[in-house]
Formats: sequence, structure tokens, C-alpha cells
Amino acid sequence: MKLIFEKSVPGRGQQIFPECDVAVTLPKVPMRQTAPRLPEISENEMGRHYTELAKRAHGLNDGFYPLGSCTMKHNPRINEQMAALPGFAKLHPLQPEWSLEGALEAIATLEQDLCEITGMDGFTLQPAAGAQGEFTGLLLIKAYHTHRKDDARTEILIPDSAHGTNPASATMAGYKTVEIKSDEKGMVDLEDLKAHLSEKTAGLMLTNPNTVGIFDDNIMEITRLVHEAGGLCYYDGANLNAVVGLVRPGDIGFDVVHLNLHKTFSCPHGGGGPGSGPCGCKKDLVPFLPGRHTGEEGFRREAESIGDMTGFYGNFLVYIKALTYILSLGKEGIPDIARNAVLNANYMMEKLKAYYPVAYDRTCMHEFVLSLEKIHKENHVSALDVAKALLDFGIHPPTMYFPLIVHEALMIEPTETESRETMDGVIDAFIQIYNEIIDNPQAVAASPVTTPVRRLDEVKAAREPVLRYKFGE
Amino acid sequence: MIDPKELKYTKTHEWVRYEGDAAFVGISDYAQHALGDLVFVNLPEPGDEVEAGEPFGDVESVKAVSDLFSPVSGEVLEINEELLDAPQLINEQPYEAWFIKVGGITGEEEMMDAERYDAFCEEEEGNE
Repeated sequence: MKLIFEKSVPGRGQQIFPECDVAVTLPKVPMRQTAPRLPEISENEMGRHYTELAKRAHGLNDGFYPLGSCTMKHNPRINEQMAALPGFAKLHPLQPEWSLEGALEAIATLEQDLCEITGMDGFTLQPAAGAQGEFTGLLLIKAYHTHRKDDARTEILIPDSAHGTNPASATMAGYKTVEIKSDEKGMVDLEDLKAHLSEKTAGLMLTNPNTVGIFDDNIMEITRLVHEAGGLCYYDGANLNAVVGLVRPGDIGFDVVHLNLHKTFSCPHGGGGPGSGPCGCKKDLVPFLPGRHTGEEGFRREAESIGDMTGFYGNFLVYIKALTYILSLGKEGIPDIARNAVLNANYMMEKLKAYYPVAYDRTCMHEFVLSLEKIHKENHVSALDVAKALLDFGIHPPTMYFPLIVHEALMIEPTETESRETMDGVIDAFIQIYNEIIDNPQAVAASPVTTPVRRLDEVKAAREPVLRYKFGE
Repeated sequence: MIDPKELKYTKTHEWVRYEGDAAFVGISDYAQHALGDLVFVNLPEPGDEVEAGEPFGDVESVKAVSDLFSPVSGEVLEINEELLDAPQLINEQPYEAWFIKVGGITGEEEMMDAERYDAFCEEEEGNE
């Protein structure tokens, strides 16, 4: 299909603004001399262009989307309805605080609810996405140690099963990352943890359940050991969906937590979201929170604040969606998220493990990891091939080749919002693909055949990326 | 591909070629094959210190980013800048595509000769 720039015709387009009929004097500041080269296209054709693009993509509304560690759950439409209320949608970030009371009450309610859900004492909603929430949490840990003049703590411990954002955030915050091994059950290797704890330890970053879908049985001991060494414990909330309403990070020894409102709390995830990664902490760290948050004296900035993470209030309308979700489900409904997410994952794992070996054969949490290493060796069909074959069944592929500690990994997270019928259909597709692997592996390696484009040249895309339209250059 | 006899190999699949007092460091054919098509390379700067057994850079394939571990301790004299623009050279000619040239060598990792390294790779293959 043509790019929107290729459909552009000079002079065509929507007249949004009438010609200016008053004299305008612009200030003497550097200004662009030429108009931006925006595509000129009628509203009708623009609508068709984006609809055509949408038809070529696979979203949650098109079918099953089991992207592991991403929690691609259904986003209830009522969330959108609440966020579109003019009292929220038409606010300006610079309007005076006295005119924002409703919005501030919504912010305060969400902060309190998140504190209650995670067992924390204070929350900032400001971080714009998960990785920024992590970065915020690490800056809080740093501020805490610095404030106590405990400056020799330069290391953050991170298990080898962690999301890549963890070491990236730690490095950005000026810490050295120390990798902790996983044991044969996929949990933190306690001996390796003990060997790396020292007076240099600033903290530990942990995702629990972790990226192989396993809840660490030793969590109380892990957090105790880190505290004894003088470090703080950071909870990566990427997988909170598995325990929300049942286990509170604050009750199992964590001092700081970030959440992904665009995962656990049903805000849109794909297509730029936008995301929202609130960061919560225990009371010792509250004085360092960024931006403004609701404290005892109202909506204020802390004197020792680490500063702003984003402008103004962060992605405010995402908060409204998350708050709507929390209020719709209530205290009674929220634990059912986790129960059903775990039930669905175990249902699929049990049905699939006779065909595809699971990396860790035990009851899983909200997701599980298959390893196609044996199939790859014996039948020469890779995890990538199976992911591509799923496309021909109208199923979005699972997360592939992650976590790195599992070879030929396919990481499946069905979420709680899929029905048994949908999952049965997906299980059937996996079994059909398995039979094809045995009978006709070339066909699997040649998939997909029904999609608008077949295999993409990922190597060329990475080596020679085309990142903008080239105007006749 | 046959692993050249004149090189020494680490358990993390780097090779070393000594020329006078300097050591050239690259990754083995087994490593480039396991990583798949490489699309980016991050290298240190000349003048940086590297330490045996510690990461000195990384390579990125379409699948993942992997650390490069230095087989020797010393100072980076030179980097192979050609790889920054053409990482495919590592896939095409792993034993020509050196990453760094290290001088002032003060120590080295435990390393294997080609024969032992081949056996080591076969074992890895079996364990996986």
C-alpha cells in the first residue's frame, strides 16, 4: 500500500482554520522559514488510509494476544467513557489548582487505592511508563542512601531472569548492575545472592512472579537478606497481574514498587498507549517523591523531592481509566483478576505441555514459558517459526526468545479476560502446528502465508533502518 | 568451519590471537552461529582498560544483546571500527573480524586450544 506522503496532492486537504483577517505581529525569535511538509490529503482519504493500516495490523480486538509479560488484557470500554468526560478531557495543565478539584480528587483516590493494593505509604503517578517508573524508584533508593550519608552503596542486584529495562534503569541512575543467577527452579539462587550482598549493595530489583511465571518461594528470606545488608528492595510491578489483590509487595519486604497502569490496570497498551508507570514507596522514601502527590497537607511537592519525571501531572487521562477499572471491580473483584489470570495460564500450560516442553514444569502464575529447544534440534523448527505459524490462525505470537535463560523460548500470558472457548481454539491451533512440525516441518518454516506481508527481513530492518519519508531525495 | 589452531579460546566463546605483545580479540564461529545475524556492535574506546573475564562491549542480534567478555587484562590500543558499520563481517569471517587490540597485558583468563575448544562446543551442544 502507498504511504500517506505518496497520496499527498498539493493544495488538497482540510481547511481547519479560516484565513486570518487581522494584523499579527510575531515576536522576533528564531522561526522556521518554510512550512512543515505535512501530507495534503482529504479527510475521507485520510480515514481510509488509517483504516487500511488498521486492517493490516493485529490488535486485541482482532484476536488472542498472549504476549508474555505484557498483560494484553481487555480494556473495558467504560474506562474510555470516563476518560472522555469533558471535566477530565478538557482540562488544561496550566489552569489554577482551585479549578481542578474533581481531577485532584481523582488523583488522590487513585494514589490511595494503589497504596492499599501494594501496601505502600505514598505514590507518585507522574512517571509516563514502566521504565520511567523503575528509574524513579532507583532515584528514590539513591536519595534515601545519600540522605543518610551512606554514599558507598554503588551496586544494584538484578536476577538474570529480569526484564532488560532493570539493568538499563539501574545504569541510568548511576549504579553498577550485579547479576544474580537463577536456580534450577527458576527462582533467585540464594547462595549467589548471599555471595553478592555487601556494604556496596544499594538494593535489589525483583519481578515476582518473575519472567518465567514463577513466584519466588523464598521471597521473605530474600528481602530480609537484602535489608540486613543495608539495601532496599525494589518490586518491578510488570507481573502484578498474577497477585493483585492477593499479595501486597509491601507485606513481603519491598520498599519501592512501580506499576504499569497499561498492564494490570487495563489501560491501552499497544500503539503508544500512552503508558503510565506510577511509583510507590514506604514512608521513609516518601519525602523524596517526584512531582506533586497527595500527602497529609494536600496536593504538594515534597521539600526533598528528586524533581519532576515528566511535565505537569503525567498522563492524567490514563489515571482516570485505571481508577475506573479499580472502582468497577472494587475490593471484592480485584483478587479475581489474579485468580483467573493464574487459572487461565495453568489451563493452557497443562493442555500444551504434552506437545511443547515447559521450561519449568510446576504450577505457574499468570504466564508460562515453553522451550522449543528439543524441537529445534530434532525437527529444525524454531520458536520463531511457530510464532509465525500462529499468525495464519489469526493469533498474535507470544513473546519469543525471552527470558534469555530459556533457549527457544515462547512465553505465553493469556490474561484473565480470555474465555475457555477462545483458549481451546488457541490450544487446537498449537496442536495443529505441532502435528505439522512432525509431518511437514517445511510448511511451518514457510509460514505465514495468509498475512499481508510474510516474513520480514529483520536483519535488513535493523542494519539499514528507514526511519522517515525521503521527499524525492 | 574449522577453528584455527593458532588461536586460543575462552569458555565464553571469544578467541585471542597474540601478535608480539598485543592481543587481538574476536568471537568464535560457534558464537556467531549461535547468536545469528548481528546488527549492532558496541566497543570500548582506545585507552580504556579491560579486565579478564569482565565485559568489554556487546553484540546485538535480532534476538538479543549479548556481552563480550575480555580474555585478557590490559589497555585497548585499537578497535576495529569497520565492525561498527558492518557487523555482518563477524558472521561472515569470524576469525578475521577482530573487535579490540589489547596491549600492556597483565593477565589472562583460562583458555583452551582449538582441539579442546571444539570438544567444549560439542559438549555445550549436547547439554542444551
